[in-house]
Parts: sequence; structure tokens; C-alpha cells
Amino acid sequence: MATICEVTHDHIIEVNDFSFYYAGSDTPNLKHVNMPIGKGAVTALIGPSGCGKTTLLRCFNRMHDLYPGNRYEGEILFEGRNILDKNEDLIKLRTQIGMIFQKPTPFPMSIYDNVAYGLRLKGIKDKSELDGRVEQALKDAALWKEVGDRLKSPGTALSGGQQQRLCIARAVAVEPEVLLFDEPTSALDPISTQAIEELIVKLKEKVTIIIVTHNMQQAARVSDYTAFMYLGELIELGVTEELFITPKEDMTEQYITGKFG
Amino acid sequence: MYYRIVDKLFEHSTRLLALSVLILLGALFVVLFQEAKPAIDAFGLHFIVESKWAPNMDIFGGWPAIYGSIVSTIIAMLIATPVAIGIAIFLSELAPPWVAAVVGSAIELLAAIPSIIYGMWGLFYLAPILRDIWGGNGLGLATAGFVLSIMILPFMAAITRDAMKTTPDILKESAYGMGATRWEVLKDVVIPYVKSGIIGSIILALGRAIGETMAVTFVMGNVHKIPQTIFAPATSIPVTLANEFTEADSDLYYSSLFYLALILLVISFTVIAAAKFIFLRKIEEARA
Repeated sequence: MATICEVTHDHIIEVNDFSFYYAGSDTPNLKHVNMPIGKGAVTALIGPSGCGKTTLLRCFNRMHDLYPGNRYEGEILFEGRNILDKNEDLIKLRTQIGMIFQKPTPFPMSIYDNVAYGLRLKGIKDKSELDGRVEQALKDAALWKEVGDRLKSPGTALSGGQQQRLCIARAVAVEPEVLLFDEPTSALDPISTQAIEELIVKLKEKVTIIIVTHNMQQAARVSDYTAFMYLGELIELGVTEELFITPKEDMTEQYITGKFG
Repeated sequence: MYYRIVDKLFEHSTRLLALSVLILLGALFVVLFQEAKPAIDAFGLHFIVESKWAPNMDIFGGWPAIYGSIVSTIIAMLIATPVAIGIAIFLSELAPPWVAAVVGSAIELLAAIPSIIYGMWGLFYLAPILRDIWGGNGLGLATAGFVLSIMILPFMAAITRDAMKTTPDILKESAYGMGATRWEVLKDVVIPYVKSGIIGSIILALGRAIGETMAVTFVMGNVHKIPQTIFAPATSIPVTLANEFTEADSDLYYSSLFYLALILLVISFTVIAAAKFIFLRKIEEARA
């Protein structure tokens, strides 16, 4: 059994006896995971390649539903409701739980339209409200100073780090409760990486964050809780400082000291 | 050193083979131009807009054939483009994988049907039906355009689908991740992303349609006049060439046909070059 620390924050998400099967797989790719996610905290998922950390992350917004044949078992409670229920409204879920990807993914449209995209999907048409929320989102994503004077230029014309912050602005514009980050800095240079990390720490005042990272230093720098996963199982969830200094599980210790991975 | 010489020899011989393509292309232009020279000297650029084609008086004007080629191609594009885009959207975005595989292969097989068979179908099956609807003999620009549209549809659908597939999954996922529906992802992300690829595919199909001989020779009617309606018999450049070389009894007649061929080559060449270098560049880069 996994070692789970006490999560003192309110639990915005509770993963209960959760298993996941990719299409055509008889054995589960995630095995009986139990994990609370603290509201307003940053939870990092770490582990070697293939451990299931990204797979787990993509369950929180049911991204796996885009590809037929994937199967969930158990429950994931988000604010008390089981989001795995077949009647769950995925459109609404994905505005409540946003996602940032491994590579920046600006849409082929202007900076302004990128940030306004989710707002318009929600049916907001009022120009002054859109203007205000686009500006606020760009400020929240620490991008306003750089792009405030050229909102009409294409999002794809920005640098990689700016594009990733644009994607963060786009995600925070709809005021989600949770943001999922899937290795958000793996395609970025060290300076852009630092900017994104600072942003993540700042963002948790407004939103709960779950971040997958292959970089243990990054997990240590930005997160409040860290979950170590291995071969589809959650091995240990701990308060970040404790997990890195005094891990409870041998496997966690071996991984963070570089004995495998 | 021995291996160096072999290596150089290898490099130069393959380069020669590659260059032969360019040489061939150049030679083609030169021959067409030379053969067309008497007609070019006799009629000049006026040949393009002259609509009189009277071999017995040695007067030749290319306009009816050029007009027929352009109009039948436009009709074909108007019919085929929306259908092809619809097929491409279904296959690349909506169909379950096994359906996409089966229908996709069927479309590629359709694209391989020799065009003469489309022409025969048009003459023996389609033309009588159209004759009953529109009157006349059922041959003309509309019939030709319709046959052409069916002929280019599979090709156009296949390459449009390939263009749409170049949208990165991660980009589509981020739109779905914002709470977009499939229609919204398609309209806001996929189509803008592959827009130039789709235009390129359409133009490539256009290049095929404009030079097509076999599918339309049977159904065009072969009349050297600007038709009153699109339902009346007409001609096009490839149809004229296919039908009239055997009848070309004067040098100027013969040369005028070459002049038409040269015009067709220039049109096709321009169209395909535009598709490849302007619109499909992104797709080719994505493939590389």
C-alpha cells in the first residue's frame, strides 16, 4: 500500500480506488490509485517515464475520452461529484479543470482571440467584458507587459516561453478551479522555465494546480505536495519537503537519490 | 584513392539522373514552342481571345477551347470541393478508426480508376439522363464538368484528408481541453491550421481537371464555339488536341494545335507550381 500523508488543505479532488485501462489493454495502466488533492495547493506528480503520471493527469479532465476504448474504474470526486460518471458534462468539466501541455499550443489566431477563446465558448460576447478579462488573464500570466500593445498579432509569432504563458493566460481566463500542467517546461529554455515556475507559485492563490514533471528540482521548487508514482501505482504522497528529505518508502528514496529512473 | 573515385562517380551519375528530369521539362517546352512557332507568328497573343476556328480558311482561335477548359473545370471544382472537404472532415476528425481505414482505402482505389472509364460512364449513362432533364444531346460543359468532378473527387478528398491530418493532436487536445465541442475544434483550430493545405489540395486537383482528356473527350460534344449555355456542346484544349491532330491537313492547323498545347502546359504548370510552392509548403515541411 502507498504511503499517503495527511493533506491539510481542503480536498478539492479525491481519487478513490481508481484504475485506468488504455484501449486494448487487459491489465490496468493505473492500479488502484488513492490520492487527495489539496485545494489551493500545488501537487506535483513525479516518477520515471511510463509510470503513469501523465496518464493520471489526463484522467482529471477526461482527455482520454477523445480516443475510443479507454476505460476508467473507481471514482474521482471533484467537489464531491464523481467526474467519471457517464452523465458528466465534459464541456463544463473542462472549463472547470483546464490543461497546459508539454509544448506551447497557441491556436492559429491573434493573441487576443487566443485568450478570449474559452470566454467566447462560454457565450461571453460583451466587448468590454472580454477586453477586461483578456487583460486580467494576460496580467495573471505575467504576459501583459510584453504583449499588451500588440494583441492583434498572431499568437504563433511569440517566443516559446511567451507562447506557453499565452496558453496559461488562455486557461486562467475562464477562471478554472484546477489547472493541470503536463511537463509545461520540457520544451523551454532555462529562463522561460523559471518564468513559468514563478507563475505557477503565484497562480496557486487563485487556482489548484497539479503538475507532472520529469524534473525533481522543479517539483521541489514549485509544489506543496509531491506524489511519486511507479509502474502505474502511487507509491508515496508526501508534503514536498518531507518527501524529498525523509521519504517514507524505499522506492521513493531510491528514485530521488538517482538509483533508478 | 579508389573508393573516392567510386564515390564521386556515384554522386555524379545520380546527379545526372536527377537533372534529366529538368532537362526533359525544358526540352518539352522547347519542342512545343518550336512547333507552335508558325501559329504564334501568324496570330500572336490574339490567338488566346479569338473565337473563330475555321480550318478550311486557315483561321484559328484558341478561345473556345480555353473557355471550355476553364468553365468545365470551374463546374467540376464547384461540385467536387464541398463534397471532398466534407469527406475529408469525416475521415480525419469524426469517423471511428476502422471506418476511416476502410473508406480511406476505397477512396484511394477510386482515385486509381483510369479516367477513360469515367468518360465511358459519362457518355453511356450520365449523358442520356442529362439529355432527358435538360434536352439537347446531353453533351457539353455541364456534363463534362460533372464527370470531371466525380473523377477528381477521390483524389481531392484523399489529399485534403492528408492535409487535415497534419494538425498536431496536442493542438486539438488543447482546444478540447478548453471545453470546445468537435465542431468548434474543427472550425476554430483544425481548419484555420490547415487552410493553406486545403487550398493547395484543391488547386492540385484543379491542375488535374484542366488537363484531363479521356474523361471529357466523350462528353464534351467537340464544337468549336462559345456555347450559349453550359448545357450545349463545346470543346476544351485536351479534347481538341485528342480529336484533331489526325485532321490537321495544313501546317498552320498543325501548329495551332501545338500552340493550344503550349497554352495548356503553361496553365497547368502555373497552377501546380502555385499549389506546391505557396500553399503546400507547410504540409511538405510537416512531412519532412
